[in-house]
Amino acid sequence: MTDVMDRPALKVVGTRPIRPDGVDKVTGRAQFGADFHLPGMLVGKIKRSPHAHARIVSIDTRKARALAGVKAVITAADLPDLASQEYEAGESASNLRDLSQNCMARDKALYQGHALAAVAAVSAQVADEALDLIEVVYEVLPHVIDVEAAMEPSAPVLHAHLFTEGLAERPATASNIAKVNRLGRGDLEAGFGEADVVVQGRYTTKAVHQGYIEPHACVAQVSQDGQCQVWSSSQGQFMVRTYCAKILGLEIADIRVTPAEIGGGFGGKTTVYLEPLALALSRQSGHPVKMVMTREEVFRATGPTSGAVIEVKLGAKQDGTIVAADVVLKYQAGAFPGSPVGAGSMTALAAYDIPNVAITGYDVVTNSPKVAAYRAPGAPISAFGVESAIDDLARELGMDPIVLREKNGVVSGVKAVYGPTYRDIGYLETLKAIKDHPHYAAPLGPNQGRGVAVGFWFNVGGESTAAVHVNEDGSAVVVTGNPDIGGSRASMAMMAAEVLGLPVEQVRPIVADTASIGFSMLTGGSRTTFATGMAVTQAAGKIVEDVKRRAALIWDTTVDKVAWESGQAVCLDATKSAVKPLTLAAIAAQAGRTGGPISAEVSLNAQGAGPGFAVHLCDVEIDRETGHVTVVRYTAAQDVGRAIHPAYVEGQIQGGVAQGVGWALNEEYIFDADGQMENAGFLDYRVPVASDLPMIDAVLVEVPNPRHPFGAKGVGEAPIVPPLAAVANAVRDALGVRMCDLPLSPPKIRAVVDGLAS
Amino acid sequence: MSKRHISTTVNGDAAEFLAEPGATLLDALRDELRLTGAKEGCGSGDCGACSVMVDGRLVCACLMLAPEAEGRRIETIEGMAQGGRLHPLQQKFLEHAALQCGFCTPGLLVAAKALLDQNPDPSETEVRYWLAGNLCRCTGYDKVIRAVMDAAADLRQVRRAS
Repeated sequence: MTDVMDRPALKVVGTRPIRPDGVDKVTGRAQFGADFHLPGMLVGKIKRSPHAHARIVSIDTRKARALAGVKAVITAADLPDLASQEYEAGESASNLRDLSQNCMARDKALYQGHALAAVAAVSAQVADEALDLIEVVYEVLPHVIDVEAAMEPSAPVLHAHLFTEGLAERPATASNIAKVNRLGRGDLEAGFGEADVVVQGRYTTKAVHQGYIEPHACVAQVSQDGQCQVWSSSQGQFMVRTYCAKILGLEIADIRVTPAEIGGGFGGKTTVYLEPLALALSRQSGHPVKMVMTREEVFRATGPTSGAVIEVKLGAKQDGTIVAADVVLKYQAGAFPGSPVGAGSMTALAAYDIPNVAITGYDVVTNSPKVAAYRAPGAPISAFGVESAIDDLARELGMDPIVLREKNGVVSGVKAVYGPTYRDIGYLETLKAIKDHPHYAAPLGPNQGRGVAVGFWFNVGGESTAAVHVNEDGSAVVVTGNPDIGGSRASMAMMAAEVLGLPVEQVRPIVADTASIGFSMLTGGSRTTFATGMAVTQAAGKIVEDVKRRAALIWDTTVDKVAWESGQAVCLDATKSAVKPLTLAAIAAQAGRTGGPISAEVSLNAQGAGPGFAVHLCDVEIDRETGHVTVVRYTAAQDVGRAIHPAYVEGQIQGGVAQGVGWALNEEYIFDADGQMENAGFLDYRVPVASDLPMIDAVLVEVPNPRHPFGAKGVGEAPIVPPLAAVANAVRDALGVRMCDLPLSPPKIRAVVDGLAS
Repeated sequence: MSKRHISTTVNGDAAEFLAEPGATLLDALRDELRLTGAKEGCGSGDCGACSVMVDGRLVCACLMLAPEAEGRRIETIEGMAQGGRLHPLQQKFLEHAALQCGFCTPGLLVAAKALLDQNPDPSETEVRYWLAGNLCRCTGYDKVIRAVMDAAADLRQVRRAS
């Protein structure tokens, strides 16, 4: 790959143009999942389990089918009974049998809200009546939701076929522990033997939801010839296509998925819930079917991330050198295996160069909704434990928390605990950005405290396709297959404009359906600007080579005598001194005579994503009377490689911080004794609102990634990793007491304050 | 139950639609009038994505029954831009990158306009509390607040000039 372009040479990358899809989004014109309408469209709705764990004895749909206006009724019997098979299509591998049975329960309902049947009817009212007419006989079973309770040998077993993986010997009995994974190096015992100081803690987090404001929605249509169309809001139209084909036993070529605008995803839309059911209902009824979840359904039946228990033990020498770390992670997976404990383990100590390490992770099924990816899946949870313990260690040693992290911080050339050797990372630069920030030295007021925490995310590359078409007037269209969740169209247009030498306004980016662009993995893992951006850049580069060749043809010279400068072909042939440079527009106007339309498509599997490090600084103020914690100041620095559109990079950081603050202070799934979620709405599941937060100062540190043409690193995920501990460490600073159980909600703060008073 | 015939004014024009007695104003706007700019994020008045103006008052369209719109004046996001020109709030949202996914944006804009119509010079705290009924999960609100404050400053200049 060519060297990263120098900042001064860049004309478009690093500026802040208005996003190309912006006007549609401020005028209400943009079409999200639920905004799509087809003539003759039916309304699809889902019958859900009222029980957290129950055997389905029978489902009788006859009365529902007989109701006037009901056009289709499906149960799991209408879907193929898939064998267990791991399949890579979402953000991580999914088991197709589990995926299918999460869309529609087969033998058992595994959580309250688990889908049992679906209907399509001429109106929402008729569909609701039909749901009430479906008769389900349950055998209610004991349930388990708490992760450690689910690990007990005496716990109710969710899956009779689930035997713990990762043990030396295959266990004799089924268990809720789906997998044990271990990472490590060195000699833990010897390491702790060398330590002058040991700190340890046990920390817990509750399941929290991604909380995208747009509920899941889709329209599906199956024609009489079996051709399927889906319009849906997701993080990947190709993911939807693959999963629908697998779940329904269809050919991929028979399914075309058009991405709607997506109203937030944060990982939660990297899988399917509605699309296969809508297709099955459409197939049965012969009508297009629209399905839109209610907010309650989103909470009860789509993926939150894991609640967890995190145990951390750290050993250090008196000078601050950390010599040993032992981390145990127990993550709820929800109803099917697949918690993000693997990523939680790999990221837990990724910022630290420690010789003796053991990390043990448990993936545990529970009678709660199957977890889905949530922004840096798994990492905020393990970081909450590790960064809280590091903070305690700094206090124990009497060291500045940033100095302690610098002393043990990873640099390029260090081998990460999870395997690779770091290259071109900017962690120490990011720590320094916070240490040098005025916020770090600013005085605190009464009842205030300050906390520091760091976070890591791998960022990924992967398979992407992009096409660039030059129009007859020299403007261009950029086509990609990645839904734009947070402004990525702008970045795509900017990178193409930079290479082509066009003003960004002359480049129109679109997100195409699965039949109109080559395969692209979904938008997730902070991969799009890196990987799809690389495809866009290379496609634009091919255009430049092509137009240079055409200019050579026009000038009757050789292509090595043509340079591309500032959007123009310049003739370097000394014998042709009289010719004027040719703009893209001039070359496009003669395209017919130089080989036809000017167009290029690049498909690649991008490697070399640069990891992201984030360092956060948080001030809180405690209201000792009410127990309310207010975040009064927040500064977040991150190594972003190079910001393509800095405003949207800042936005990613600010949004990640807000979600992390919600996780730390307010948000949690609350279940009653019967396993019913008690707060399945935005009134009782309280995400941060505008009056809860201060301005969030996003500090962009740019240590370019030489494996991306403009130096970009993924940015979307790292910013949600540090806030849980940054807030908790600030509360520790303010109260003088370490609080280990999230969320740090008013009743818990009050209990500590009352304890201090007595 | 039979549908009711409702006559109303939407964005300055007379509009009629049929509505089930239990349908919400949001259902009517989206499904009958096909004005899908107002979004349903919760259906319980907690997220503000369906914010519209009814006779000059900011309401959640999901909390109002469609038949209650009879004879009323409804304003939605679709009516905010005048002719070919964006409202200053819309323009400032774009300039400040105050949206990411854009789903909550129509509601935020309608609510912010309601604030500036009655309070041309709000403090940051006033903006934050006024918009506390509009959830945004993407932005952390920072750029949203800046956009509203900046639009307010621009509108004050325009008012002074005129």
